[in-house]
Amino acid sequence: MTATVQKPRSFQEIILRLQTYWASKGCAVLQPYDMEVGAGTFHPATTLRSLGTRAWAAAYVQPSRRPTDGRYGENPNRMQHYYQYQVIIKPSPADLQDLYLGSLDAIGIDTSLHDIRFVEDDWESPTLGAWGLGWEVWCDGMEVSQFTYFQQVGGHDCHPVSGELTYGLERLAMYVLGIDHVMDMPFNDPDGAIPLTYGDIFRQTEQEYSRHNFDGATTDMLLRHFEDAEAECERLLAFDPADPNSGKRILMVHPAYDQCIKASHLFNLLDARGVISVTERQAYIGRVRALAKKCADAFVQTEAGGWTPAAAEAAHG
Amino acid sequence: MPDVLIELFSEEIPARMQTRAAEDLRKLVTDGLVEGGLTYAHARAFSTPRRLVLAIEGLSLESPTQHEDRKGPKVGAPQQALDGFLRSTGLTMEQLHVHEDKKGAFYVAHLHKPGRPAAAILAEVLDKTIRSFPWPKAMRWGAGSLRWVRPLHSILCLMVTEAGAEVVPFEIEGITAGNTTRGHRFMAPDAFAVTSFEDYAARLKRAFVILDTAERADMIEHETRNRAFALGLELVEDKGLLAEVAGLVEWPVVLVGDIGEQFLNLPPEVLQTSMREHQKFFSLRDPADGRIVRFVTVANRETADDGATILKGNQKVLAARLSDAKFFWENDLRVVANVGLSGMAEGLASVTFHNKLGSQKARIDRICALTREIAPLVGASPDLAHQAAEVAKADLRSAMVGEFPELQGTMGVYYARAAGLPDAVANACKAHYQPLGPSDAVPTEPVSVAVALADKIDTLTGFWAIDEKPTGSKDPFALRRAALGVIRLILGNAIRANLAAIFAKGYAGADAADLLSFFHDRLKVFLRDEGIRHDVIDACLAMPGNDDLTLLVTRARALQATLDTDDGTNLIQGFKRANNILIQAEQKDGVEYSFGADPKFAETDQERALFTALDTAEAAIAPAMQAEDFTAAMAAMAALRAPIDAFFTAVQINTDNAIVRRNRLNLLHRIRAICLGVADLTRIEG
Repeated sequence: MTATVQKPRSFQEIILRLQTYWASKGCAVLQPYDMEVGAGTFHPATTLRSLGTRAWAAAYVQPSRRPTDGRYGENPNRMQHYYQYQVIIKPSPADLQDLYLGSLDAIGIDTSLHDIRFVEDDWESPTLGAWGLGWEVWCDGMEVSQFTYFQQVGGHDCHPVSGELTYGLERLAMYVLGIDHVMDMPFNDPDGAIPLTYGDIFRQTEQEYSRHNFDGATTDMLLRHFEDAEAECERLLAFDPADPNSGKRILMVHPAYDQCIKASHLFNLLDARGVISVTERQAYIGRVRALAKKCADAFVQTEAGGWTPAAAEAAHG
Repeated sequence: MPDVLIELFSEEIPARMQTRAAEDLRKLVTDGLVEGGLTYAHARAFSTPRRLVLAIEGLSLESPTQHEDRKGPKVGAPQQALDGFLRSTGLTMEQLHVHEDKKGAFYVAHLHKPGRPAAAILAEVLDKTIRSFPWPKAMRWGAGSLRWVRPLHSILCLMVTEAGAEVVPFEIEGITAGNTTRGHRFMAPDAFAVTSFEDYAARLKRAFVILDTAERADMIEHETRNRAFALGLELVEDKGLLAEVAGLVEWPVVLVGDIGEQFLNLPPEVLQTSMREHQKFFSLRDPADGRIVRFVTVANRETADDGATILKGNQKVLAARLSDAKFFWENDLRVVANVGLSGMAEGLASVTFHNKLGSQKARIDRICALTREIAPLVGASPDLAHQAAEVAKADLRSAMVGEFPELQGTMGVYYARAAGLPDAVANACKAHYQPLGPSDAVPTEPVSVAVALADKIDTLTGFWAIDEKPTGSKDPFALRRAALGVIRLILGNAIRANLAAIFAKGYAGADAADLLSFFHDRLKVFLRDEGIRHDVIDACLAMPGNDDLTLLVTRARALQATLDTDDGTNLIQGFKRANNILIQAEQKDGVEYSFGADPKFAETDQERALFTALDTAEAAIAPAMQAEDFTAAMAAMAALRAPIDAFFTAVQINTDNAIVRRNRLNLLHRIRAICLGVADLTRIEG
């Protein structure tokens, strides 16, 4: 690990360095999933691809939305829309911790001057029916990443196990760049012709979405859409695998999973609108989990999920 | 005798699991070795964030050879039986011996089970130990199926004799045991070989790893105290935090940092809790005013800038945390200033206490009413006590307690003072939760005592009413603790009250008699620790007014003290003798001998002396009992021992003279009546 890495100067430079670093370590650098999700884990590249036996390595930025965390752009590090950087490798390599530490070096955290710790933190996602063991990684007392070995997703045991890294990009970047309020953070080159801060880009949207999430969104419609998404997810999974048009075996797992993601986000919005009581909350989470589980069940019946005609034949044999 | 060194090197083990895991490793491996026929002199286990280590001294070289003479079929038995015997022993016909007993000749197999080398046994034990290790939570990683707390990277397993160190041949799921380990993750990451436990520990230290958790904890504590002393400050003790931090570092480096000026006015409990819970910082206190003014963080490494970067980072994180705490504090104070503490409490209507027992608000209303009833019994003003009960739980709605639940009560005191409430009310906000455990202090301020009793009795009568009593080891609502709290509050403050009457004013529908008997069970456990026998308590429980715990315990203590004397023990014997004779006579004659004995029918001096002694005792006991002076009453009772003994020695009760006999039985009745008036001595054992 070198101490000579130049400090990055902007938010986007940190993202670019992570992209370059993980690309150099053999990850497929994917793009964000084009739907509203609460965390990078919801991207099918993690949720679905951590299932089944096929090897997998991907890294991507995922814009994440947590409606209840909106603070109208006032809070120094809390927002309803923020970015996560997500790395998922299956099977988890033996040197994943070292790979991770290398990524800190790459973004200008000199590990010879900082105190990096792996502090116990078990991860669980009740909506995805998933859990894993790992740590939150501390740099000088601040949590900079989440490090998890997936044990179960959608109710399925993970075999092999995926290693998952999640970086909270804004917080990490603020730390590296020495910024106290997220809105003051340089987004692009601060010495460029048109320097833009994070606030130039997101302050107004934070205000708009905070108002929308807490007061604007029509709850009747959200409730209706939740029901629709739930029904659609189940309907899509109930199709006969044999597609009459192409004559192929096609399960509509990803389209169904899109509906599961949708339901999850609608639930988060309803929660922010304060229309879900404590007892109902559990019930909604359970409904989303049931969808995630059905999608997982279906995914392992596809080729990406490790299904092969031979194996299927043997199983029915 | 060889020594053994085992190291299981993994990714970071959760701090809270390390000590237990080291102990489990020691026990599982040594038990396995002993089961395998080996002996050892000594075994010690160690843990760091990345390793579990076991050092065994004086292991035997091999398990002993075992001899067995196994009896086989008779000579001349069918070939089939003989073949079976040969198969089971692995011998041939020629190797069998023929023995004879009175039933005739039979075959015997002389079996030798040779001893096995320690290394082979150790490898088996280690395999089993790793595969069945009792981690609270274990995981798989990569493509393997082995389970460990976090990925297991390497195993060091050496057997050390005078000839040198040898690696024990061992392999598990692709990990082969060797003689190498690694030092500190950042400061000395390279692998190195070791030759013995001493060599291992010394080389680890050179590689910036302190093997022994206790040594790491000592280093942290010692260095922290030194640094505090140099600054004229003192460390706020926190053993739990010390143990945790010692499990987070292999090379502890103590750094002292500043808490921003703008946060120093936060209550010390807030500073300490926020720093401990979020950052695992220790607090340094100014002994002059008790304020917390510095923090201590324990880094896991040395750096070229002597920790300056690390400290700066930690300070920044702390500032962000304390900004939140300051926001909560100021926000809560604003709420209190605007709507008062009772205004803050209003939101409790929307907080469920228990789905069958209503909201926190409903519960507080009940506690208020009950507090009013209890206040006069404990010398508190009913109005003041009611006021305290109303706001005692208001801080559950504060932002601060929302963030730090463990500050409940503590914040209430601050907010009550800020609201200008009387001290007695403010103090009750915290004290009414007390005593929290067997060693926690019992509140003594009358208002606090009244609210504390009402709070606990509402809980107990409530859960009794909905039939959610503790069973076996299950006590999810901590009802045993609540009952013990009531007992200690009553005894500690010498409160005179009839519990049954108070229960009747608690949550409606509780079975008061059943609850009282639960209290009596808890009381027995409590008094047992004081050296009061359960039969002594039973003897006192049988007396009227047994729901007045202060009276009950005064009586029990006096009776126990009496029984601890010679006179007391012998008196019991005399009482029992009198009682047994009476019972027999009463059963036989079908009458009760309670007509009053007459001294004029007394025939002996001993009889007359007993009459006099009983008169004296009665004269002393009656006023003493009236004054609830059980010690005096029991002393007077114990004084009967000599005359009763003398009476039984000299006098035959069952004489032929019916009048004399009846008179003597009536005399025994007086003994019984006097004694039973003090306590039910029939329940005393022995």
